[in-house]
Amino acid sequence: MKTTEEIFTILKNIFGESILELVTAQPVEHFIRINPIEINSVCSYLRYNEELLFDSLMNLSGVDDSNGEKTTDADGTQIISGGTLSVYYHLESTKLRHKLTLKVSTEREKPEVASVESTWRHADWHEREAYDLLGIIFLNHPDLRRILMPYDWEAGYPLRKDYKNPEFYQGMKVPY
Amino acid sequence: MSITIEKNKSESKTGIRTEEMVLNMGPQHPSTHGVLRLELQLEGEIITNVIPHIGYLHRCFEKHAEAMNYSQVIPYTDRMDYLASMYNEFGYAIAVEKLLGIQVPERVEYIRVIMGELQRIASHLVALGTYAVDIGAFTPFLFCFRDREKILSLFEQTCGARLLYNYIWVGGLSHDLHPDFINQTNDFIKYFRPKVKELNDLLTKNKIFIDRTANIGVLPLDVAINYGISGPNLRGSGFKWDIRKEDPYSVYNKFDFDIPVGQGLMGKVGDCWDRYYVRILEMEESLRIIEQAVNSIPEGDVTSAIPKRIKPPVGQVYSRVENPRGELGYFIISDGTINPFRVKVKGPSFVHLGVLNEVLKGHMIADVIAILGSIDIVLGEVDR
Repeated sequence: MKTTEEIFTILKNIFGESILELVTAQPVEHFIRINPIEINSVCSYLRYNEELLFDSLMNLSGVDDSNGEKTTDADGTQIISGGTLSVYYHLESTKLRHKLTLKVSTEREKPEVASVESTWRHADWHEREAYDLLGIIFLNHPDLRRILMPYDWEAGYPLRKDYKNPEFYQGMKVPY
Repeated sequence: MSITIEKNKSESKTGIRTEEMVLNMGPQHPSTHGVLRLELQLEGEIITNVIPHIGYLHRCFEKHAEAMNYSQVIPYTDRMDYLASMYNEFGYAIAVEKLLGIQVPERVEYIRVIMGELQRIASHLVALGTYAVDIGAFTPFLFCFRDREKILSLFEQTCGARLLYNYIWVGGLSHDLHPDFINQTNDFIKYFRPKVKELNDLLTKNKIFIDRTANIGVLPLDVAINYGISGPNLRGSGFKWDIRKEDPYSVYNKFDFDIPVGQGLMGKVGDCWDRYYVRILEMEESLRIIEQAVNSIPEGDVTSAIPKRIKPPVGQVYSRVENPRGELGYFIISDGTINPFRVKVKGPSFVHLGVLNEVLKGHMIADVIAILGSIDIVLGEVDR
């Protein structure tokens, strides 16, 4: 059993600058912020190191932080420019019974995060979902296609906070 | 009985050319339990690759949740895994209560556990009954649905709905139990115990059933953990892992129950039969929990802790419960307003469908149905 603080110290000693900070300001859950490009090497270390053994990825969620500059255009739709998109990783060790939350943030204009699919196969579909609904690009993912939305969906990424419903899909009027 | 195929077998010794065939199974197919399309790549009758296409029921629950307040989300959670609605509400309520930092009265916890376990039995009955139909046995299906009906009646008398309850609220319940509930539940337990044995005699030890399921679709434990498999499917692979024990929530630590695991009684550990049999054993354990809970249920007011206005502080929580299908997790971010900023659901069915390709490779077409049924997915939750 290791606490998030102890794991933070271990990671900081090995990965240095890639481990950005430990966030403990929130009441329920603490997490560690990590550089989005280095996330897979950190995860791979977390999984195979004998003191940590995080063999199970419980959940992977993409989030639109909605912290950019907000403008409203003529027909009243909100447009967000700048700011970040984030991915949260909830890890668990079934052998050592400890848990950990990681967060990476990436620029909204160029949302690129290293894929952890090679560390946990479980991440495959969750990353496809985050790509599908938020447009986060997972580098080195073997099969990054849409998963829930139609493959030919062109109206953008629904879970982004400035998503606008399309009027037409494949030439058909979309009823509301 | 998986068969390995030699690569590049495009020309056999007799000079007859063979080629790969692609077969679409679904989206309208009785054995996919919903709208799921499987793109099967075949070498003769043997499967070389499977690509599941999902999303036919996608209505973006997560987007809906951002547009309404915390208590309005509950009816939407019902509609994800519509065979285990009670448990979806249960998980959501626990997650929001963690964010708010509130304690609910003991009576509420007991009722939630009773409802959750009744729901587990009802859900497993559907899983087992439809599984039997899928591989050709019709009678067990009728027996299972007859018994499930009794549970649905109990729910209906309690909260007025048979499938989509909106019963478990953040901080409490919408109604207290009706006065005769405890008697009726005790009657149900007495009625149902022998029925499990009946189902065993009828199906579990049936020679044809065993031939169709034993040694089919073996899911090794390391693969299962790597793919994030949970619930009866993980336990079928022989791993004693149940969130009710490992990460206890509500009042589960007050009850005495066992975690059944697959032991490979009819074949290899982690085959379809093991996954099936774990569910049978789990129903008996659920009966034990219900029996202990209804007979020790404390008095109290079930609506006293319901907050007038739900406005959690800024923060995030990942909270999980043991749904009839596996680990149901809610990741909720609060930005301090009355609407959730982000709700992400980790649904067990979604995760379990991801392992299908791994399990199906090398099996015959007829086994697709046996394996898909044993994994027990609900498409409403896969697509959310």
